[in-house]
Amino acid sequence: MKGRIVARVGLILLVLFAAFPFYWALVASFTPEATLFREPSLWPRTLILDHYRALFTERDFWTPIKNSLIVAGFTTAFCVTIGAFAAYALARIEFAGKRAVLAFILAVTMFPQISIVSPLYMLLRRLHLINTYPGLVLPYMTFAMPLAVWLLVGFFRQLPRDLEEAAMVDGASRWQSFTRVILPLTGPGLATTAILTFIYCWNEFLFALSFTLGPERYTVPVAIALFRGQYQVPWGQILAATVIATAPVAVVVLIFQRRIVQGLTAGAVKG
Amino acid sequence: MSREESERPAPRVPQDTEARAGWLLTAPALACILFIALFPLAWTLWESLHEHDLRMPWLGRPFVGLGNYLTILQDARFWQSLAHTALFAVVSVAVELTLGLALALAMNRGFRGRGVVRAAVLVPWAIPTVVAALLWRFIFDSQAGIANVVLMNVGLLRHPLVWFVQATTAWVPVILADVWKTTPFVALLLLAGLQSIDGELYEAAATDGASAWWQLTRITIPLLKPAILVALIFRTLDAFRVFDLIYVMTGGGPGTSTEPVALYTFNTLLQNLEFGYGAALSVVIFLVTFGLAMLYIRGLGVDLGGGGNRR
Repeated sequence: MKGRIVARVGLILLVLFAAFPFYWALVASFTPEATLFREPSLWPRTLILDHYRALFTERDFWTPIKNSLIVAGFTTAFCVTIGAFAAYALARIEFAGKRAVLAFILAVTMFPQISIVSPLYMLLRRLHLINTYPGLVLPYMTFAMPLAVWLLVGFFRQLPRDLEEAAMVDGASRWQSFTRVILPLTGPGLATTAILTFIYCWNEFLFALSFTLGPERYTVPVAIALFRGQYQVPWGQILAATVIATAPVAVVVLIFQRRIVQGLTAGAVKG
Repeated sequence: MSREESERPAPRVPQDTEARAGWLLTAPALACILFIALFPLAWTLWESLHEHDLRMPWLGRPFVGLGNYLTILQDARFWQSLAHTALFAVVSVAVELTLGLALALAMNRGFRGRGVVRAAVLVPWAIPTVVAALLWRFIFDSQAGIANVVLMNVGLLRHPLVWFVQATTAWVPVILADVWKTTPFVALLLLAGLQSIDGELYEAAATDGASAWWQLTRITIPLLKPAILVALIFRTLDAFRVFDLIYVMTGGGPGTSTEPVALYTFNTLLQNLEFGYGAALSVVIFLVTFGLAMLYIRGLGVDLGGGGNRR
């Protein structure tokens, strides 16, 4: 009984701890810059929309949002499509070298990004892709592709083997059983993989910082991190930007939380 | 492989056809990874054996063998950055595992509002690290920031602190932000582990009159060991690569007193444009991470085989 109460109180405190920074940013994003650090109060006293207005008029925050959507969208679409074929083979077909391929892909998911920043920079420069969308999609594949394959292998393995064997007995080829039987059943798994891959791309910072040169190609994280005021840190605008960057992610997480948790833990806890 | 052959109604396709299909389907993804990840890594390795300074193109790119690595050995800033990384990794991972375990144990009890808790802890995990860093920098920024106000009100501080002007205090918000963002991930991994433990074990222990503490230390933690190890290695790797968080919160400062290895390497490469030396630093980071990753794959016997449907 006592344990239960302790657990409850602990969880309530934890939810408050998790939520407080968001709440505080939300309040501050509606507070005039001048009163931001003067007697901070937990309840907003005056609400203004100036920071949000400035974000889209003075700063053109639409551009980084557009850039992030394009780069994350293309990377996700490409990696989930190509990754699905590979994952199916790795989950369902026995062939020599399969274990090595899986081990290699797992190793690449743990790759330190910083280790390949300089050669990628040289490569992209030679291809004239610095400060372009392909110049970000290409490097993003380094983490998105292994992630997508690894997650999808987990989902394909969960499907009963009998299904495709039955289809193949009925005269379907491997290709047909994959596209007609397996893929439709993996819909939820594909969606979860796409969501997680998109989130990773949306959040990426180091490559976007290294391979873009100006605000016209900055992604959301880079744009927010490099906000500068004339005399001081423009906290009101920064926090308004964080609210905008967080809101869509929060909505997606709230809708798909069950699937996301499943995807996150399926790949990792298998030992 | 002809069309007829592949559409033959055979439940058991010959081995070599299977192998071919396997490699064909895997090839595009593998080619991408090789081209965009492995090839650059080989390039980094080669580059690290040269002196290559983009600010001084007239020097060319002379081969210096292991010269860059010898410089690293005597590079005080490198060893300091390594120490910062280790400090950050040990403290943050220790706190995250302890809190994560407590959270997982609490979440494992059935209760109403579980969805709320899960959502509340997932959102910090899902947002960009840059955003998390800014939220916490704002909380600790300025003498009149909310962190100072709260800490003075509860009596923990007598005077407001300027958190980011010295390394000892600057680490507090940095580690707090990391704990805030990644404990949920640890908790969810451990929760998945907890849910796979047979409930009858606890019932049997309870009938024998075992205390809650005995159950925790003799049943839960031993059976949770694989999940704990996975979380430990994942988090250690992440902590070792820490970049975004510190770039945004302290910029490695004051001076270079909170600079981790990834940030030092980034500055060497893209601020100083010393590509040869930066490449050598990159290789060192890669080797350490790779060693840890191998430890994970080997030590835990991660299931890489076909496995089939074992659930």
